[in-house]
Amino acid sequence: MKKVKWIVPTIYIIFLMLPIYWLLNMSFKTTTEIINTYTLWPKEFTLENYKTIFTDSTWYTGYLNSIYYVVMNTVISVAAALPAAYAFSRYKFLGDKHLFFWLLTNRMAPPAVFALPFFQFYSSINLFDTHVAVALAHCLFNIPLAVWILEGFMSAVPKELDETAYVDGYSFWRFFLKIFIPTITAGIGITMFFCFMFSWVELLLAKTLTAVAAKPIAATMTRTASTSGYELGLLAAAGSLTIIPGAIVIYFVRNYIAKGFALGRV
Amino acid sequence: MNKTINQKAWFFVIPVFVLVAFNAVIPLMTVVNYAFQETFGNNVFMWEGTRWFKQIMLSERFHASLGRQFLFTFIILFIQIPLGIAIALSMPKEGMGVPVCLVLMSMPLLIPWNVVGAMWNIFALPDIGFLGHSLNALGFDYNFTQQIGDAWFTTILMDVWHWTSLVVLLSYAGLQSIQPAYYQAAEIDGASRWAVFTKIELPKMKKVLTIAILLRFMDSFMIYTEPFVLTGGGPGNATAFLSIDLVKMALGQFDLGPAAAMSLIYFFIVLLVCWVFYTLMMRNEGNQ
Repeated sequence: MKKVKWIVPTIYIIFLMLPIYWLLNMSFKTTTEIINTYTLWPKEFTLENYKTIFTDSTWYTGYLNSIYYVVMNTVISVAAALPAAYAFSRYKFLGDKHLFFWLLTNRMAPPAVFALPFFQFYSSINLFDTHVAVALAHCLFNIPLAVWILEGFMSAVPKELDETAYVDGYSFWRFFLKIFIPTITAGIGITMFFCFMFSWVELLLAKTLTAVAAKPIAATMTRTASTSGYELGLLAAAGSLTIIPGAIVIYFVRNYIAKGFALGRV
Repeated sequence: MNKTINQKAWFFVIPVFVLVAFNAVIPLMTVVNYAFQETFGNNVFMWEGTRWFKQIMLSERFHASLGRQFLFTFIILFIQIPLGIAIALSMPKEGMGVPVCLVLMSMPLLIPWNVVGAMWNIFALPDIGFLGHSLNALGFDYNFTQQIGDAWFTTILMDVWHWTSLVVLLSYAGLQSIQPAYYQAAEIDGASRWAVFTKIELPKMKKVLTIAILLRFMDSFMIYTEPFVLTGGGPGNATAFLSIDLVKMALGQFDLGPAAAMSLIYFFIVLLVCWVFYTLMMRNEGNQ
């Protein structure tokens, strides 16, 4: 029985890794090998594709742009969500339940609905093709998510903590920054992970709101696939590189991942 | 938790409120503007009332893409939820295997969505892709760019690959929160494996599973990038789900009125289903 149990996760992980392996495999092949032969591993191993990406500025600036707006969005989302989540977890106030649901509805809004209005709106306030525009646009779904996750974690902290601190003479902000935030570090870490994740993987809005200066890497890939022929090797190499930031972030939160995915509501 | 009534809490919420309203309300008003009016550019609008709504509600194209969307969402929920629970149940509970499983399983979740589409395109191509090549070598006539059935099969397989891990991680978190004492009691009572699952594990996972279903419903209902890159909505319109059809109508044909009306109907359907889920979820939380 013990041995049988290992089989299911193993098969599942193999299934997950296969397409990723295939992408890596393609990225180390030459274009001629990709088109002319079917090989399970690269016959002529080449780093040419990666070299192109790291030397051509249209490629590597794509990465920098993506990372820039993702980090900006994560910081804005978490900073704004922290006090709000505290309010939702500790206080009753006029319209609190409606407000909470209204926030969540924005997480439910299909980005396709917002693509055109966002384009017009951000153009009209002269933010089109800037990193700020994408970072702000991604707040649409990341702030509700951040509030939701943080509220879960904060509600798990007993209220006595707040009361003791006030009795000890702490002012609200000193308590919040010195005592409360350190107790929910794990929750903040998980929230940042989620904000990073959803901002990093989203493309429709990021692509709509940028042209040249703030173009995300993922959009660079789409353009190359359609205009300069069908350079599968290059495409595969660029794709493989987009997996790395995610893998690094996962590694940092690996110990909290299980609880974190339950949004603090287990 | 007993919450104190404090209206000043609104001050804490203001930053979030302003940021989200800035992003949600103003653009949504543009959509509403287009949905009830006809425009010829230059900010000239003519009132059309509910004409676009009637047009969309009666159009076969909308019925077809809505039908495809519900079918797709239903199929992937039907596969991902049970599969996710099954994998979570068979995962190791402690030791080295845990971080290895968790890290590897989360990988698909952090790959940009168009890369997921491109990756599966390369993986499934009949001539140079591993999946396509293997299926054809096994004697199946597989070509997802030509055959409707194959296109659906590939899209669903891609989504299962992409998102089942989310269900696994949520279920796993639910399972981890069960005290060992429950299992010991079940063993003493001589409970069968099935009874342990239905009487202990499933009730404990109820809350996280509601979140899983809610998230999977929302995200699969607005799926756009992955099928767009993989199949482009084709062959024909076979895999043109709601978002793909909407973007085609709004940005491809520039039918802004009908597209805006469709957006509102689309958004309303998502809201309605999620509201039902949310109410159920909050009621569960209240009971515990």
